[in-house]
Amino acid sequence: MTLDPVHLLTLLGMAAVTLLFRVGGYVLVRYVTPVGRVKAAMEAMPAAVLTALVVPMTLATGVAETLAAMVTVLAVLRLPLIIAVCLGTATVVVLRIII
Amino acid sequence: MERPGFWPELRRGFLDILPLMAGVVPFGLLFGTLAVQKGLSPLEVILMCATTYAGGAQFVSIDVWATPVPVFAVVLATALANTRYFLMGAALRPHVRHLPFVTKAWFVTIHSDETWALAIKRCGSARLTPGYVIGLTVMFYLNWPISCAIGAWLGSAIENPARFGADFMFVAMFLCLIRGMWQGRTSLVAVLGSALCALVAHLWLPGHWYIFIGALGGMSAVALVYRNNERAEGSA
Repeated sequence: MTLDPVHLLTLLGMAAVTLLFRVGGYVLVRYVTPVGRVKAAMEAMPAAVLTALVVPMTLATGVAETLAAMVTVLAVLRLPLIIAVCLGTATVVVLRIII
Repeated sequence: MERPGFWPELRRGFLDILPLMAGVVPFGLLFGTLAVQKGLSPLEVILMCATTYAGGAQFVSIDVWATPVPVFAVVLATALANTRYFLMGAALRPHVRHLPFVTKAWFVTIHSDETWALAIKRCGSARLTPGYVIGLTVMFYLNWPISCAIGAWLGSAIENPARFGADFMFVAMFLCLIRGMWQGRTSLVAVLGSALCALVAHLWLPGHWYIFIGALGGMSAVALVYRNNERAEGSA
Protein backbone atom coordinates (compact mmCIF):
# COMPACT_ATOMS: atom_id res chain seq x y z
CA MET A 1 0.00 0.00 0.00
CA THR A 2 2.49 2.62 -1.14
CA LEU A 3 2.00 5.85 -3.06
CA ASP A 4 5.06 7.02 -4.98
CA PRO A 5 5.12 10.82 -5.62
CA VAL A 6 6.13 10.41 -9.30
CA HIS A 7 3.46 7.76 -9.79
CA LEU A 8 0.92 10.06 -8.18
CA LEU A 9 1.93 12.92 -10.51
CA THR A 10 1.51 10.63 -13.53
CA LEU A 11 -1.89 9.42 -12.31
CA LEU A 12 -3.06 13.01 -11.84
CA GLY A 13 -1.84 13.92 -15.34
CA MET A 14 -3.73 10.97 -16.84
CA ALA A 15 -6.89 11.87 -14.96
CA ALA A 16 -6.61 15.53 -15.99
CA VAL A 17 -6.28 14.92 -19.75
CA THR A 18 -9.09 12.39 -19.69
CA LEU A 19 -11.38 14.77 -17.80
CA LEU A 20 -10.42 17.58 -20.19
CA PHE A 21 -11.62 15.55 -23.18
CA ARG A 22 -14.80 14.29 -21.55
CA VAL A 23 -15.92 17.71 -20.34
CA GLY A 24 -14.26 19.70 -23.15
CA GLY A 25 -16.39 18.19 -25.91
CA TYR A 26 -19.52 18.70 -23.86
CA VAL A 27 -18.76 22.37 -23.14
CA LEU A 28 -17.46 23.40 -26.58
CA VAL A 29 -20.40 21.99 -28.56
CA ARG A 30 -22.50 24.62 -26.77
CA TYR A 31 -21.03 27.39 -28.90
CA VAL A 32 -21.81 25.61 -32.15
CA THR A 33 -25.36 24.43 -32.86
CA PRO A 34 -25.06 21.60 -35.35
CA VAL A 35 -27.60 21.62 -38.19
CA GLY A 36 -28.07 19.67 -41.44
CA ARG A 37 -24.90 18.00 -42.61
CA VAL A 38 -22.99 18.57 -39.37
CA LYS A 39 -25.92 17.30 -37.32
CA ALA A 40 -26.14 14.17 -39.47
CA ALA A 41 -22.41 13.60 -38.96
CA MET A 42 -22.73 14.06 -35.18
CA GLU A 43 -25.62 11.61 -35.07
CA ALA A 44 -23.58 9.07 -37.01
CA MET A 45 -20.70 9.33 -34.54
CA PRO A 46 -21.73 6.58 -32.09
CA ALA A 47 -21.69 3.92 -34.80
CA ALA A 48 -18.49 5.39 -36.30
CA VAL A 49 -16.59 5.30 -32.98
CA LEU A 50 -17.72 1.77 -32.12
CA THR A 51 -16.78 0.60 -35.62
CA ALA A 52 -13.30 2.13 -35.33
CA LEU A 53 -12.82 0.49 -31.92
CA VAL A 54 -13.48 -3.01 -33.29
CA VAL A 55 -11.51 -2.67 -36.56
CA PRO A 56 -8.07 -3.93 -35.38
CA MET A 57 -9.57 -7.06 -33.83
CA THR A 58 -12.10 -7.85 -36.57
CA LEU A 59 -10.11 -6.97 -39.69
CA ALA A 60 -6.43 -7.04 -38.79
CA THR A 61 -5.81 -9.75 -36.20
CA GLY A 62 -6.55 -13.14 -37.69
CA VAL A 63 -9.00 -15.43 -39.45
CA ALA A 64 -10.50 -16.63 -36.16
CA GLU A 65 -11.35 -13.07 -35.03
CA THR A 66 -12.79 -12.05 -38.41
CA LEU A 67 -14.98 -15.16 -38.61
CA ALA A 68 -16.13 -14.76 -35.00
CA ALA A 69 -17.06 -11.15 -35.71
CA MET A 70 -19.18 -12.32 -38.64
CA VAL A 71 -20.86 -14.93 -36.43
CA THR A 72 -21.58 -12.22 -33.83
CA VAL A 73 -23.14 -9.87 -36.39
CA LEU A 74 -25.29 -12.63 -37.91
CA ALA A 75 -26.35 -13.80 -34.43
CA VAL A 76 -27.42 -10.37 -33.20
CA LEU A 77 -29.68 -9.90 -36.23
CA ARG A 78 -31.94 -12.57 -34.70
CA LEU A 79 -30.88 -13.14 -31.08
CA PRO A 80 -30.62 -11.03 -27.90
CA LEU A 81 -27.36 -9.12 -27.29
CA ILE A 82 -25.98 -11.29 -24.49
CA ILE A 83 -26.53 -14.53 -26.42
CA ALA A 84 -24.90 -13.08 -29.54
CA VAL A 85 -21.91 -11.96 -27.43
CA CYS A 86 -21.57 -15.44 -25.91
CA LEU A 87 -21.85 -17.12 -29.34
CA GLY A 88 -19.23 -14.80 -30.82
CA THR A 89 -16.83 -15.29 -27.90
CA ALA A 90 -17.32 -19.06 -27.94
CA THR A 91 -16.60 -19.04 -31.69
CA VAL A 92 -13.31 -17.19 -31.22
CA VAL A 93 -12.20 -19.56 -28.45
CA VAL A 94 -12.95 -22.64 -30.59
CA LEU A 95 -11.41 -21.20 -33.77
CA ARG A 96 -8.23 -20.14 -31.97
CA ILE A 97 -7.76 -23.76 -30.90
CA ILE A 98 -8.48 -25.13 -34.38
CA ILE A 99 -6.57 -22.59 -36.48
CA MET B 1 -47.34 14.38 -18.39
CA GLU B 2 -46.62 11.20 -16.51
CA ARG B 3 -43.03 10.95 -15.34
CA PRO B 4 -41.33 7.59 -14.96
CA GLY B 5 -40.48 6.85 -11.31
CA PHE B 6 -36.92 7.06 -10.02
CA TRP B 7 -36.59 3.46 -8.83
CA PRO B 8 -38.06 1.71 -11.90
CA GLU B 9 -35.75 3.84 -14.07
CA LEU B 10 -32.76 3.02 -11.86
CA ARG B 11 -33.57 -0.67 -12.08
CA ARG B 12 -33.92 -0.43 -15.84
CA GLY B 13 -30.54 1.31 -16.24
CA PHE B 14 -28.86 -1.24 -13.98
CA LEU B 15 -30.34 -4.20 -15.88
CA ASP B 16 -29.21 -2.69 -19.19
CA ILE B 17 -25.59 -2.40 -18.03
CA LEU B 18 -25.45 -5.68 -16.06
CA PRO B 19 -24.24 -7.93 -18.92
CA LEU B 20 -21.50 -5.43 -19.75
CA MET B 21 -20.42 -5.29 -16.09
CA ALA B 22 -19.74 -9.00 -16.23
CA GLY B 23 -17.72 -8.45 -19.39
CA VAL B 24 -15.52 -5.82 -17.72
CA VAL B 25 -14.43 -8.03 -14.80
CA PRO B 26 -11.86 -10.16 -16.73
CA PHE B 27 -10.30 -6.96 -18.09
CA GLY B 28 -10.12 -5.48 -14.61
CA LEU B 29 -8.41 -8.61 -13.31
CA LEU B 30 -5.99 -8.49 -16.23
CA PHE B 31 -5.29 -4.78 -15.84
CA GLY B 32 -4.60 -5.11 -12.12
CA THR B 33 -2.24 -8.00 -12.80
CA LEU B 34 -0.29 -6.14 -15.51
CA ALA B 35 -0.12 -2.87 -13.56
CA VAL B 36 1.31 -4.57 -10.46
CA GLN B 37 3.90 -6.32 -12.62
CA LYS B 38 4.96 -2.90 -13.98
CA GLY B 39 5.58 -1.61 -10.46
CA LEU B 40 2.34 0.06 -9.38
CA SER B 41 1.01 -0.62 -5.91
CA PRO B 42 -2.59 -1.86 -5.52
CA LEU B 43 -3.50 1.53 -4.06
CA GLU B 44 -2.13 3.28 -7.16
CA VAL B 45 -4.06 0.88 -9.39
CA ILE B 46 -7.30 1.73 -7.58
CA LEU B 47 -6.53 5.46 -7.78
CA MET B 48 -5.88 5.28 -11.52
CA CYS B 49 -9.07 3.32 -12.16
CA ALA B 50 -11.19 5.70 -10.09
CA THR B 51 -9.80 8.92 -11.58
CA THR B 52 -8.78 8.21 -15.19
CA TYR B 53 -11.48 5.52 -15.51
CA ALA B 54 -10.80 4.59 -19.14
CA GLY B 55 -9.92 0.94 -19.69
CA GLY B 56 -8.39 1.18 -23.15
CA ALA B 57 -6.23 4.20 -22.29
CA GLN B 58 -5.12 2.57 -19.04
CA PHE B 59 -3.89 -0.51 -20.89
CA VAL B 60 -1.98 1.81 -23.24
CA SER B 61 -0.51 3.78 -20.34
CA ILE B 62 0.65 0.58 -18.61
CA ASP B 63 2.24 -0.49 -21.86
CA VAL B 64 4.30 2.75 -21.92
CA TRP B 65 4.92 2.66 -18.15
CA ALA B 66 8.51 1.92 -17.06
CA THR B 67 10.89 2.58 -14.17
CA PRO B 68 11.70 5.45 -13.84
CA VAL B 69 8.27 6.57 -15.07
CA PRO B 70 8.23 8.48 -18.40
CA VAL B 71 5.57 10.85 -17.05
CA PHE B 72 5.05 12.87 -20.21
CA ALA B 73 4.88 9.83 -22.52
CA VAL B 74 2.38 8.09 -20.27
CA VAL B 75 0.12 11.16 -20.06
CA LEU B 76 0.38 11.79 -23.82
CA ALA B 77 -0.45 8.14 -24.62
CA THR B 78 -3.47 8.40 -22.32
CA ALA B 79 -4.62 11.58 -24.07
CA LEU B 80 -4.32 10.03 -27.55
CA ALA B 81 -6.18 6.91 -26.52
CA ASN B 82 -8.93 9.12 -25.11
CA THR B 83 -9.46 11.67 -27.92
CA ARG B 84 -12.76 10.02 -28.75
CA TYR B 85 -14.20 11.23 -25.45
CA PHE B 86 -14.10 14.73 -26.89
CA LEU B 87 -16.59 13.67 -29.57
CA MET B 88 -18.57 11.51 -27.19
CA GLY B 89 -18.94 14.30 -24.64
CA ALA B 90 -20.19 16.57 -27.41
CA ALA B 91 -22.72 14.00 -28.61
CA LEU B 92 -24.02 13.58 -25.07
CA ARG B 93 -24.98 17.22 -24.59
CA PRO B 94 -28.41 17.36 -26.27
CA HIS B 95 -29.51 14.23 -24.42
CA VAL B 96 -28.51 15.23 -20.86
CA ARG B 97 -29.18 18.99 -20.86
CA HIS B 98 -32.53 18.61 -19.08
CA LEU B 99 -31.08 16.51 -16.24
CA PRO B 100 -30.35 17.97 -12.76
CA PHE B 101 -26.85 19.47 -12.57
CA VAL B 102 -25.38 16.81 -10.28
CA THR B 103 -26.56 13.91 -12.46
CA LYS B 104 -25.40 15.71 -15.60
CA ALA B 105 -21.96 16.61 -14.18
CA TRP B 106 -21.50 13.06 -12.87
CA PHE B 107 -22.37 11.45 -16.20
CA VAL B 108 -20.25 13.83 -18.32
CA THR B 109 -17.29 13.29 -15.97
CA ILE B 110 -17.34 9.49 -15.89
CA HIS B 111 -19.03 8.30 -19.09
CA SER B 112 -17.35 5.28 -20.66
CA ASP B 113 -17.74 3.65 -24.07
CA GLU B 114 -20.30 1.29 -22.57
CA THR B 115 -22.46 3.67 -20.52
CA TRP B 116 -22.30 6.29 -23.27
CA ALA B 117 -23.38 3.83 -25.96
CA LEU B 118 -26.26 2.48 -23.86
CA ALA B 119 -27.43 6.00 -22.94
CA ILE B 120 -27.40 7.08 -26.59
CA LYS B 121 -29.29 3.91 -27.51
CA ARG B 122 -31.84 4.62 -24.77
CA CYS B 123 -32.37 8.14 -26.19
CA GLY B 124 -33.81 6.51 -29.30
CA SER B 125 -36.85 5.32 -27.35
CA ALA B 126 -37.10 7.51 -24.23
CA ARG B 127 -35.79 10.63 -22.50
CA LEU B 128 -32.93 10.06 -20.13
CA THR B 129 -33.96 10.33 -16.47
CA PRO B 130 -31.72 10.77 -13.39
CA GLY B 131 -32.75 7.28 -12.23
CA TYR B 132 -31.74 5.65 -15.51
CA VAL B 133 -28.38 7.46 -15.64
CA ILE B 134 -27.56 6.55 -12.03
CA GLY B 135 -28.64 2.91 -12.51
CA LEU B 136 -26.51 2.76 -15.64
CA THR B 137 -23.37 4.34 -14.25
CA VAL B 138 -22.82 3.98 -10.50
CA MET B 139 -22.36 0.21 -10.16
CA PHE B 140 -20.57 0.07 -13.51
CA TYR B 141 -18.18 2.78 -12.32
CA LEU B 142 -17.43 1.03 -9.01
CA ASN B 143 -17.04 -2.29 -10.82
CA TRP B 144 -13.85 -1.10 -12.58
CA PRO B 145 -11.62 -0.17 -9.63
CA ILE B 146 -12.92 -3.17 -7.66
CA SER B 147 -12.16 -5.64 -10.48
CA CYS B 148 -8.73 -4.06 -11.00
CA ALA B 149 -7.97 -4.17 -7.28
CA ILE B 150 -8.81 -7.88 -7.15
CA GLY B 151 -6.54 -8.36 -10.18
CA ALA B 152 -3.77 -6.44 -8.48
CA TRP B 153 -4.03 -8.60 -5.37
CA LEU B 154 -4.28 -11.85 -7.28
CA GLY B 155 -1.10 -10.90 -9.09
CA SER B 156 -0.50 -13.22 -11.97
CA ALA B 157 -3.34 -15.64 -11.28
CA ILE B 158 -4.71 -15.31 -14.82
CA GLU B 159 -1.91 -16.08 -17.18
CA ASN B 160 -3.60 -15.72 -20.53
CA PRO B 161 -7.13 -14.21 -20.59
CA ALA B 162 -7.14 -14.35 -24.40
CA ARG B 163 -7.42 -18.12 -24.04
CA PHE B 164 -10.97 -17.57 -22.69
CA GLY B 165 -11.83 -15.09 -25.42
CA ALA B 166 -11.96 -12.21 -22.92
CA ASP B 167 -10.25 -9.87 -25.38
CA PHE B 168 -12.89 -10.62 -28.01
CA MET B 169 -15.84 -10.09 -25.67
CA PHE B 170 -15.65 -6.30 -26.00
CA VAL B 171 -15.53 -6.53 -29.77
CA ALA B 172 -18.61 -8.73 -29.78
CA MET B 173 -20.43 -6.26 -27.50
CA PHE B 174 -19.55 -3.25 -29.60
CA LEU B 175 -20.68 -5.05 -32.76
CA CYS B 176 -24.01 -5.80 -31.09
CA LEU B 177 -24.36 -2.19 -29.90
CA ILE B 178 -23.82 -0.94 -33.47
CA ARG B 179 -26.69 -3.17 -34.52
CA GLY B 180 -28.81 -1.70 -31.70
CA MET B 181 -28.33 1.87 -32.98
CA TRP B 182 -28.74 0.99 -36.65
CA GLN B 183 -30.61 3.63 -38.68
CA GLY B 184 -30.51 2.27 -42.22
CA ARG B 185 -28.34 3.69 -44.97
CA THR B 186 -26.79 6.50 -42.91
CA SER B 187 -25.45 3.92 -40.45
CA LEU B 188 -24.08 1.80 -43.28
CA VAL B 189 -22.20 4.83 -44.67
CA ALA B 190 -20.86 5.66 -41.19
CA VAL B 191 -19.72 2.08 -40.52
CA LEU B 192 -18.06 1.63 -43.92
CA GLY B 193 -16.33 5.02 -43.80
CA SER B 194 -15.14 4.43 -40.26
CA ALA B 195 -13.96 0.86 -40.90
CA LEU B 196 -11.95 1.90 -43.97
CA CYS B 197 -10.27 4.88 -42.29
CA ALA B 198 -9.65 3.02 -39.04
CA LEU B 199 -8.12 0.07 -40.89
CA VAL B 200 -5.75 2.30 -42.89
CA ALA B 201 -4.83 4.25 -39.74
CA HIS B 202 -4.33 1.05 -37.73
CA LEU B 203 -2.00 -0.39 -40.38
CA TRP B 204 0.01 2.79 -40.98
CA LEU B 205 0.00 4.78 -37.77
CA PRO B 206 1.21 3.75 -34.33
CA GLY B 207 -0.91 3.60 -31.19
CA HIS B 208 -4.54 4.55 -30.96
CA TRP B 209 -4.92 7.11 -33.75
CA TYR B 210 -7.18 4.66 -35.59
CA ILE B 211 -10.01 5.31 -33.12
CA PHE B 212 -10.10 9.05 -33.74
CA ILE B 213 -9.40 8.79 -37.48
CA GLY B 214 -12.02 6.08 -37.94
CA ALA B 215 -14.64 8.12 -36.09
CA LEU B 216 -13.86 11.23 -38.16
CA GLY B 217 -13.84 9.13 -41.36
CA GLY B 218 -17.29 7.71 -40.66
CA MET B 219 -18.69 11.13 -39.76
CA SER B 220 -17.15 12.71 -42.87
CA ALA B 221 -18.65 10.01 -45.06
CA VAL B 222 -22.11 10.72 -43.62
CA ALA B 223 -21.62 14.48 -44.12
CA LEU B 224 -20.59 13.86 -47.75
CA VAL B 225 -23.69 11.85 -48.68
CA TYR B 226 -26.03 14.00 -46.58
CA ARG B 227 -27.65 15.94 -49.43
CA ASN B 228 -28.28 12.77 -51.47
CA ASN B 229 -30.09 11.27 -48.51
CA GLU B 230 -32.28 14.35 -48.15
CA ARG B 231 -33.25 14.27 -51.80
CA ALA B 232 -34.05 10.57 -51.63
CA GLU B 233 -36.29 11.17 -48.61
CA GLY B 234 -37.99 14.13 -50.32
CA SER B 235 -38.88 12.14 -53.42
CA ALA B 236 -40.03 9.08 -51.48
